[in-house]
Amino acid sequence: MLRFTVRRLLQAVPTLFVLSILVFAWLRMLPGGPATALLGDKATPERVAAMNAVLGLDDPIFVQYFRFLGRVLTGDFGSSLITGDPVMEEVSWAFPATLELSAAAMFLAVLFGIPMGYIAARFRGRFLDNATVVTTLVGVAVPVFFLGFLLKYIFTQEMSLLPPSGRQDVLIDATRITGIATLDGLLTGEFDATWDAMLHLILPSVALASIPFAVIVRITRASVLDVQGEDFVRTANSKGLTTQIVRKRHVLRNALLPVSTTIGLQTGLLMSGAVLTEKVFAWGGLGTLLEQAIQQRDYPRLQGLILLFATVFVLVNLLVDISYAIIDPRVRVR
Amino acid sequence: MSILSTRKADKIDSLAEGGTSLAMDALRRTFRSPVAILGLVIVGLFVILAIISPFIAPKDPYRPYPELQSELTPSNIPGPMPGFLLGSDQNGYDFFSRLLVGAQQTLFVGVFATLIGVTIGMIIGGLAGAFGGWVDSLLMRLTDIMLSLPSLLLAISIAALLPGSQWTVIIAVAMIGVPVFARLLRGAMIAQRSSDHVLAATALGVKRKTIVFRHMLPNSIGPVIVQATLTLATAIIDAAALSFLGLGDSDWRRAEWGLMLGNAQELLSVKPSLAFFPAIAIIIVALGFTLLGESMRESLDPKNRR
Repeated sequence: MLRFTVRRLLQAVPTLFVLSILVFAWLRMLPGGPATALLGDKATPERVAAMNAVLGLDDPIFVQYFRFLGRVLTGDFGSSLITGDPVMEEVSWAFPATLELSAAAMFLAVLFGIPMGYIAARFRGRFLDNATVVTTLVGVAVPVFFLGFLLKYIFTQEMSLLPPSGRQDVLIDATRITGIATLDGLLTGEFDATWDAMLHLILPSVALASIPFAVIVRITRASVLDVQGEDFVRTANSKGLTTQIVRKRHVLRNALLPVSTTIGLQTGLLMSGAVLTEKVFAWGGLGTLLEQAIQQRDYPRLQGLILLFATVFVLVNLLVDISYAIIDPRVRVR
Repeated sequence: MSILSTRKADKIDSLAEGGTSLAMDALRRTFRSPVAILGLVIVGLFVILAIISPFIAPKDPYRPYPELQSELTPSNIPGPMPGFLLGSDQNGYDFFSRLLVGAQQTLFVGVFATLIGVTIGMIIGGLAGAFGGWVDSLLMRLTDIMLSLPSLLLAISIAALLPGSQWTVIIAVAMIGVPVFARLLRGAMIAQRSSDHVLAATALGVKRKTIVFRHMLPNSIGPVIVQATLTLATAIIDAAALSFLGLGDSDWRRAEWGLMLGNAQELLSVKPSLAFFPAIAIIIVALGFTLLGESMRESLDPKNRR
């Protein structure tokens, strides 16, 4: 197990290394070069020249790259052009918001996805199954941000049931501890803050959950159908085990193997959806940072965020592989 | 020709017909399922609409109309009125005509993004699959890296580099598909490489080029076609997402559903239909391609052969 983990960790290193080269090259490919990108379009030639000297752009390219790598490895991504704050600081401030939203979305997707997929497989070919399959196909076809709009339109504009945007009502004076609004309220005993944060969380997390939900339902369904036809299920049935035990111990447990991988992969993919969802609901997490950076062409922030997202994605995939090896020993030897 | 030889010829012909190829067989099975037919109908109608929409659009989609513009205020966008089935858009253009013509531009973006993705992906995957060895390792590491970015982020990082035009969107969206197609074709070709018919061809002394193009490629193309159908759906949605993030086509006049949806986001409280209609159009078309692709995939799966 340890050997597998180490080997898999070592495989991630070159990926991240090449990625850092690409992101480094990316900033250099910008029209006008990095100095213009850093200073903005209206920079005078003198300032660009000064910036080039400061950035060390006169040095050989590999010297520049290793300097960049050294800074990145120590967590220095430069400062945002919009706010002037270090990118790392902005990111660590916004990260809990995205974490909260993604975790809530994944929770919903798993909570409803696995039972629905299982039920669909049990009633294969019947109305319930067909309805589920159609729902998941539509779920994937609906753009996440449009679903966000739709939910917002129905539940805030038409019915005024839920707050339209943001993470907490401005009138609530909540204490920030972890930055995860629902958790902070519990920690400090400000239950009104938790309640308010949860109300704000409902619509964005439902919107973000739509795609992982659809995928989890489909994988669970397919996987349960696969396992149901296996010999060991027939054996279990024929040796007289109750249907309940067969379903629980033999079918469901084996069927959940591929589902667990999917959940991991979808967690990584949630980041794409989070960018869109956060924009619809003005959530103020990493997605909002990214979106502002795009609008203002804030390249240092964009560079930092891209590297961060990619690193998180690689790490999540790594965790998925390792957890899969724990669940299924056959993977380790491959 | 004697009667006997005619009979023989007939018999050979019938034999040839009877032994349908894997692809034909899969195709036949695909169109036995109602889901596939529904998908095909949606896609077919969409393509027809894309072709004929410029001729059936009641008004010019690229011209503001004074009778619409006169009633246009920041808080009011005229709804349906005589001659204008769905009223105005935010610029005083005929919304209905733009919606119709939007099919064409949307198809254009989807098809070209997919085609570019398939082409680049197939070149990479084909080289990796045909040569193997270090070429394979190198190219596959490259696709690994492309896959190590969440898809939308990959598109964002490309779109942020280029000026906001329709081709920027197409290229950015195409790049999402490149690693997928590359891996798919490579996997299929590697499976082919160790198959009996390739071994036989090698033993007969057939040139490697001929083996790759005549034996390996045609037998590996099935999954790629299926994936391309599915990618068309996601390409249209991803293009809309880029527009939504402000990385789309900067030509706001262009009637493309994703762009129309992206540009209508601020107007939800004024006239929600400006966002709803393009969105519903996108959803239906994406659903059509997905249904078609999924049923093709199912029938290509040997497990489902009957």
